[in-house]
Amino acid sequence: MAEKTLNGAQVMIECLKREGVDTIFGYPGGNVIPIFDAILDSDIKLILTRHEQGATHAADGYARVTGKTGVVLVTSGPGATNTLTGIYTAYMDSIPMVVFTGQTISPNLGTDAFQESDISGMSFPVVKHSYLVKNTNDLPRIIKEAFYIAHSGRQGPVLIDLPKDISSGPCTAPLDAEMDLPGYKVPDKAAQEQVEQTAATIKKAKKPLILAGHGAVMSGASRAVKELAEKLGSPVSSTLLGLGVFPANHELSLGMTGMHGTVAANKAIRECDLLISIGSRFDDRITARLSEFAKTCDVVHIDIDPAEYGKIIRPKHFLCGDAKIILEQLLPLVDKLDSEAWLKTVDGWKKKYPLSYPKQGSLRMQHVIHTLYEVTNGKAIVVADVGQHQMWTAQFFKCDYPGQLLNSGGAGTMGFGFPAAIGATLGNKTGFPVCAILGDGGFQMTLCELSTARTNNLPLKIFVMDNNFLGMVRQWQDLFYDKRYSGVLLENNPDFVKLAKAYDIEAFCINRNADAKRIIEKAMEINDRPVLIHCICEQEDAVFPMIPPGASIDDILTERPKTILEKPTGGT
Amino acid sequence: MQFPAHSISILVSNKPAALARIALVFSRRGYNIDSLVVSPTIDHSVSRMNIVARGNPEILAQIIQQLEKLIDVIQAKDHTSQNVVEKELALLKVRCKSEERTELLQICDHFKAITIDMTESSMIIQVTGYSDKIEAMLSLCKKFDIVEFVRTGKIIMMRGESET
Repeated sequence: MAEKTLNGAQVMIECLKREGVDTIFGYPGGNVIPIFDAILDSDIKLILTRHEQGATHAADGYARVTGKTGVVLVTSGPGATNTLTGIYTAYMDSIPMVVFTGQTISPNLGTDAFQESDISGMSFPVVKHSYLVKNTNDLPRIIKEAFYIAHSGRQGPVLIDLPKDISSGPCTAPLDAEMDLPGYKVPDKAAQEQVEQTAATIKKAKKPLILAGHGAVMSGASRAVKELAEKLGSPVSSTLLGLGVFPANHELSLGMTGMHGTVAANKAIRECDLLISIGSRFDDRITARLSEFAKTCDVVHIDIDPAEYGKIIRPKHFLCGDAKIILEQLLPLVDKLDSEAWLKTVDGWKKKYPLSYPKQGSLRMQHVIHTLYEVTNGKAIVVADVGQHQMWTAQFFKCDYPGQLLNSGGAGTMGFGFPAAIGATLGNKTGFPVCAILGDGGFQMTLCELSTARTNNLPLKIFVMDNNFLGMVRQWQDLFYDKRYSGVLLENNPDFVKLAKAYDIEAFCINRNADAKRIIEKAMEINDRPVLIHCICEQEDAVFPMIPPGASIDDILTERPKTILEKPTGGT
Repeated sequence: MQFPAHSISILVSNKPAALARIALVFSRRGYNIDSLVVSPTIDHSVSRMNIVARGNPEILAQIIQQLEKLIDVIQAKDHTSQNVVEKELALLKVRCKSEERTELLQICDHFKAITIDMTESSMIIQVTGYSDKIEAMLSLCKKFDIVEFVRTGKIIMMRGESET
């Protein structure tokens, strides 16, 4: 008897298995029923989130901890449009993800059919690539291409829109299809001549600085970064997403640079004579006032994306390729630099401007984060949401391992943290506990995922930093808008402990500095289900250091100024 | 300040939505496309696009890098001030009485334009060449009653054996 012909949905599942997919984050609807049906006959684990946005952030968190491509499956129309924020978040941080969206049947395309949305068209600006499948026999090729594109070069999200007649129609094409991507080039190593020229520039430096970004994390270059720093005798600062690629406790570490970075890291970037950027794209939160950024130093820019060349600054050397490979090319060609005096200066800044927070008075988020760091001995995966608590997490949870701190860097998506932590918990193989550090604002954007966490008995620690404010916006209104608070007071926050209990989730409350350690220790002992820790925090605290947006690095604030500052000229 | 026009040539896989993706790279920066020609090449899986756009040259260089990054784009190049042949074709429909014909035909003759349709009261003129030439002829014809004007947009090709 002839083998039974598979339908599009079954072929899709077969192809996913070949790509090594073991988990799909999704939410069903009319136009993906054939695919949800096919999943039942496979070993792939389906994580049903409570909202499609949550599915994308969870897949994102899963991708960040596993290094694999996150997979999302949702229905057409609103199901598909709900994924856009998550896709955009992944795009901004170069996270590999493949999103399958259902679609109305092909003959209905363009007719405003029920739950039809041109999701492929809507996705263009926020995906690395997208497909609208018009022929079931194209599926094996498209899926193979999608996973290859998502996970190679500068990684990113790919969307596949699947009309229902495609997923339910017969597929006769072989599963091991050939890719057809004549326009897609993946850079790996740099030309040797360029590397030699770069090494010659590096040799002349007396005040070197390495800036480690997300690209270094994604290429697994942390050992090479450390080797380079130690070999040269160069201090290392990190972008927000680069934290952990170089151990925070290393004597050469300056911590995070940029708007809420350390004074030492920012001063060093201002005064160095050589800046080696490894996988950073010079975001405006890093550069501060661009006209004054990196004006007195030679810049070596290592990036896998050729389109980053000259986008923000014009480097002396641009080495296009995988960070780890390029560092391995560079390492044998460089030697220890004459940087003793510089290291002394930088160390002086570190000692003079340490990160600190007031230990007295009401509970501080910084204290909770610092205590969590101590209780876990720094061995935790921390997923932050977006806002003040995020910056304090970056400052006070000293990451020694790449991929230890996850957050939405480029997009700054509030609501990211909690579902991303769910995905991270599902993918986590490190043995470290996963802790979500969330604001009361961001948590309330995606808290429906408490059900997902509970249903899957995820050993996730959910810290809700509750100050009844959208703290970061409040801080800006305080500093730059004459304390005219508009739309930042979160009145009638729920009792988060009762809320957790409504979902059958264990919960504790911390409202004094003195209780933090005891309660965090208690929460860390629960490892077979989620636990929520409601932290009732100081309402009007502010994150420092701070370089006002668009200001010069020299204008860095280390405490709240007595006078009202001018309204910022930069973006955010 | 008016920036000079840039002539960009793109080779692109023949896939749906490739044009929309390319247009978005310009539009997200608020850049306009002055003219656009899409045509098949000898290889049926690949199309050629010729785009003319104005803007800050540094920004346009970035736009071209970002075009190159699109999966469907095989290559994108700026051929401005390179050794290229540039051509455009325009059609001009003019309402003219018989007594005006002589002058109009003299203009055609000067610009090596040809008439491809003629009636008692109108004619269609076809002119080819550099964009400036077409502009010059158009401006001389403005004294007549121009009913319609359409042009193909610029196509370009590198001279000699160099590849466009």
